[in-house]
Amino acid sequence: MKNFDSEKHVRGESLFLDDIPVPEGTLHAHVCYSKIAHGKNLRIDTSTAQNMKGVHAVFTANDIPGENQIGNIVLDEELLASHGVHFIGQPVAVVVADEPFNARHAANAIIIEVDKLPVITDPREAQAKNELIVPPIRFSLGNTDQAWNECDVIVSGTAESGGQEHLYLETQCALAMPTEEGVKIISSTQSPTAVQRVTARVLNMPMHKVEVDVIRLGGGFGGKEDQATPWAALAALAAVKLRRPVKLVLHRQDDMRMTGKRHPYSSDFKIGLKKDGMIHAYEVTFYQNAGAACDLSPPVLSRSLFHCTNSYYIPNVNAVGYCCRTNLPPNTAFRGFGGPQGMFVIESAIAKAAEAMKIDRHVLQKKNLLKEGDEFPYGQKVERSQTRSSWNALEKKISVEKVRSEIEQFNATHMWTKKGFALMPICFGISFTNTMMNQASALVHIYTDGSVGISTAAIEMGQGVNMKIVRTAEQVFSIPIDWIRIETTNTTRIANTSPTAASSGADLNGKATYFACMELLQRLKKLAADELKQTDESEIEIKEGRIFHSGKESELTWKKLITIAHQKRISLSEHYHYATPKIHFDVKTSKGNPFAYHVFGTALIQATVDCLRGIYEIDSVDAVHDFGKSLHPSVDLSQAEGGIMQGIGWMTLEEVVYNDEGKLLTDALSTYKVPDIQFAPKRLNVDFLEGSENPFGPFNSKAIGEPPFMYGIGAFFAIREAMKAFRPGEEFGFKAPMTPERVLCSLYSKVAAFEAAL
Amino acid sequence: MTDEHSLHCIINDRTVLTDTNPNMVVLDFLRREQRLMGTKEGCREGDCGACTILVGELHGGRMEYKSVNSCLMPLGDADGKHLITIEGTNQRSELNPLQRAFVEEGGTQCGFCTPGFLMSLTGYCINAQSHSVERAVQSLDGNICRCTGHPPIKKAAAKIIEYFTAHPSPNGTSNLHRLVEQKILPPYLVTIPDRLKTIQRSPGILSDGRVATHIVSGGTDLYVQRAFTMVTEGAQRISHQKTEPAIREDQHSILCSGMTTVSEFRQSNLIRNLVPEIESFASLFGSTPIRNRATLAGNIVNASPIGDMTSLLLALNASLVLRDGEHVRSVPLRSFYKGYKQIDKSKDEIVETIVLPKPKQPRRINFEKVSRRRYLDIASVNSAMAVSVNGSRIIDAHLTMGGVFAAPLFLSLTSEYLQDKEISSTVVTEAAAIIQREIKPISDARGSVDYKRLLARQLFLAHITTFFPDVELTKMIT
Repeated sequence: MKNFDSEKHVRGESLFLDDIPVPEGTLHAHVCYSKIAHGKNLRIDTSTAQNMKGVHAVFTANDIPGENQIGNIVLDEELLASHGVHFIGQPVAVVVADEPFNARHAANAIIIEVDKLPVITDPREAQAKNELIVPPIRFSLGNTDQAWNECDVIVSGTAESGGQEHLYLETQCALAMPTEEGVKIISSTQSPTAVQRVTARVLNMPMHKVEVDVIRLGGGFGGKEDQATPWAALAALAAVKLRRPVKLVLHRQDDMRMTGKRHPYSSDFKIGLKKDGMIHAYEVTFYQNAGAACDLSPPVLSRSLFHCTNSYYIPNVNAVGYCCRTNLPPNTAFRGFGGPQGMFVIESAIAKAAEAMKIDRHVLQKKNLLKEGDEFPYGQKVERSQTRSSWNALEKKISVEKVRSEIEQFNATHMWTKKGFALMPICFGISFTNTMMNQASALVHIYTDGSVGISTAAIEMGQGVNMKIVRTAEQVFSIPIDWIRIETTNTTRIANTSPTAASSGADLNGKATYFACMELLQRLKKLAADELKQTDESEIEIKEGRIFHSGKESELTWKKLITIAHQKRISLSEHYHYATPKIHFDVKTSKGNPFAYHVFGTALIQATVDCLRGIYEIDSVDAVHDFGKSLHPSVDLSQAEGGIMQGIGWMTLEEVVYNDEGKLLTDALSTYKVPDIQFAPKRLNVDFLEGSENPFGPFNSKAIGEPPFMYGIGAFFAIREAMKAFRPGEEFGFKAPMTPERVLCSLYSKVAAFEAAL
Repeated sequence: MTDEHSLHCIINDRTVLTDTNPNMVVLDFLRREQRLMGTKEGCREGDCGACTILVGELHGGRMEYKSVNSCLMPLGDADGKHLITIEGTNQRSELNPLQRAFVEEGGTQCGFCTPGFLMSLTGYCINAQSHSVERAVQSLDGNICRCTGHPPIKKAAAKIIEYFTAHPSPNGTSNLHRLVEQKILPPYLVTIPDRLKTIQRSPGILSDGRVATHIVSGGTDLYVQRAFTMVTEGAQRISHQKTEPAIREDQHSILCSGMTTVSEFRQSNLIRNLVPEIESFASLFGSTPIRNRATLAGNIVNASPIGDMTSLLLALNASLVLRDGEHVRSVPLRSFYKGYKQIDKSKDEIVETIVLPKPKQPRRINFEKVSRRRYLDIASVNSAMAVSVNGSRIIDAHLTMGGVFAAPLFLSLTSEYLQDKEISSTVVTEAAAIIQREIKPISDARGSVDYKRLLARQLFLAHITTFFPDVELTKMIT
């Protein structure tokens, strides 16, 4: 299947923001940030920097004409620090110079001083000191207090999952150009409207004076949902003040230091089961490390609660989430949006229960899988559940018993090398849990030569949403795919957009495109019927650019029809607004029907651990995934594979390390390691689950962006199983990522020989 | 007429003459001055590969191309060479077979890393003696794709190998001609050698006239650590001072020019005779494009406590020939390091030659490295061990470690203890204890003190199990 974007990428001809020829006279901005994690009485000395080579201006909070505020949910984050600082990497000043190097050089000459305040990096400490960004979030189902008495086995423990750097290959960037009355910004953002709204607020302008245009992103993964905004706003501030175009591209290390990441969580769990292995009660408390400002932390935390039972039915659930303020960069959206953190805890709880009951983890998992109509803790009942069907399809494809016995045999015959496996089912809700955001619109133009241009709110960031929208229009119009083009995403063409996030881009914008195209199609069919002197337009059909009546080809073609339409003054443009039907959620009771549908699937992951060196390999991933009816199988498959690898990375190699002063130690690609090509498993097979229907997606398709990420959680448990084979009976906790350091130190926690020598 | 102080090279199909600052990195020159925007900036430290290009030079009338990170290569080093960017691999309208494979297998999502991957693969195609998927994949060890997680890229690499199998090369043609016929490369490539001959010159004459504050060979670490000053201050580039051949031998030693790259070291038959497993050991050093630029002298002088090459060279008991003008002296590598980043070398001395003594008796060498990620990562701890054995008796041992001290460390006490010892679990236990007394690791982003101490013990055990698979180490597990 054709993929226009790919063909440009491989020739090096696709344009990213930093590749666009800049207007004459463009200046370059560099952001100067706090090196202290917490302090008051901020003093900034820019005098040296102002007079350095090539410098045009240095801006601080005092130069902001409007509100110095970039917060979205809670207004708690300044664009430039004014009185105090709250994390290392917090923007304090922006230097504008003729050359990027000069701007950077001058930024180093800015002196920032504060009176230091105590630094908190641990969410539990923040919670204990009542440093909560929003009140605790609670979900409950049944009655856990009563249920504990009815359980035969109860285990409890803690589980911790780490942060994750987005590591989009294209760093944050923006190019702002002053216009007659306002500013035009080309931004690398997942949320053009957020950029527009915040920039307007900062510049004290109405939104219609701020135009935001997005071509494509060199990766986003959630990192450019809320956090692309400050860089665009800073560039716009400088552009408007200096009446010059200003470009701001973050250096990789600055990007890593200044931007938030996936939220680390520390969680307590308690799980109760009946003798037969049925989970009867589950209690979980999430301590979310939100960082220094709200950003998107509350909805991320909500989603941890939404997915706290993953693919399992548990009749009695009590879940609490604390959104804890710490002195780290504000953590933000990242593929899965809190879902992975929630699922990791229930999977840990099941693992611990299985160990207590001395049965295999996968036996407990399978027993408790959702059945059609089962209720989630948030009140929605599962419909068109593919939980069991995907598990069964996987078992048909690969025998779990055979894998188990082969591994047992391998482990019995290898002293230093051990293997392990884990199954990982997923169930992920699709829709923004903030119901208001589930809307999109499309603007479809048919030009007089018959070619089609489509604008939507969707941002192309590699996930292939543009191709899916092209496919949608192609299927409605039945014209050659080359005649359809997706335009840039622009706030003047499509206003008030929701971010391209929550895996919803293709669903919402695809549906809007579908209906816009259908309106045009109906109009054109009526015209064709008139032209062919027929009364029944339902007998008109367009196929591959030719017009048929009652199955017979007519003299009309698509192009002729378009010419006639224009001559007859019939509109060849359509704007359609789509809102997902039937969804609602009451935040007061934490009950409702927040999701249009769920995505399901099951994976089996196998790993080998070298117990001498503490290193490991992921041997294989076999998955059966619910794509619905895929709109573009090669795009979807690549999304699934990429998501799985990113999930594995989060659970294994990828470790975000801050020291006690709140300084990021893993601030470069040399210290923060993501999976590379040789870390990819020898076998990674994702099968398309058959027979899944979805009326809420364009042409029965399903969202793909986030769900496969969570299969990666299986890698943690596969490695842990291998470690257990080396150290039978030893207690290993649930602390992710399972880095080589953690593996080796866990395997040899009792080795005193090397310590004795100290 | 060309100004002798300007730089002359061919970029893709175009001959370029420029007065641009030779200390600027090639990446910036390509993007800012040449507007070749297919070469991307991802990290500026050689860790993502988005800026990978091919650099070709004439060797004995033949073109040799190597993949390099253009973010770490000073422009001056491009003088007299041919640079290929992604734009230079494009056929006029159709996709080339590599590009087609990426599209068909979903090997590209956001597309930002894609040109870099394709350049590395093109480099593989040019240099491959025979084709294997494994080798093709290894050639991508310097590239990171965050979107696909790489499985689709592996499939694309496999497809390319299939293509080669289906389109066997006509005999007797050069690699470049063959690749042009196979449409992997565009036709202009065959004109490059003749064109390059007309502009070949010594890059040594290039200087911007300022006093050099740095001596640069490969630049793969200097341009990471001091990106700013390297460009703004003068730098003396010495990569052209390589003797030819880079590696030679005399009766007692193998002699490597200081400018020998890690790739050349790895591929040298002389080195392969000396260290038969060099191929696999060196695959753990940096990445293909880094190895193509990084030099032995650079690695040694950089004095990183965690250098991989230095660990190996220490085990091989290398010595250095240092030159400052007419003044030449020799110093054993084991006494070259005086403390953290302190070396026995004056500012103007250059490591001219690295001398590797030939062993007097049969010797085995093992290299161990544990890093968070196996490839393209800096070790938490690395270790090399060279031994001569007689049955289960160690006659002679040389153990080194990186990442456990202020400088690359030769463990003299442990090595001495192991001399003339019958291997047994008691000997291993005692040696492991001596190791702990010799090392002094610190906690950092690559691991805690406890982890590094544990690793030192484990890697020593790994050496022992490699040399003596039958030795009973069960006791060491607990």
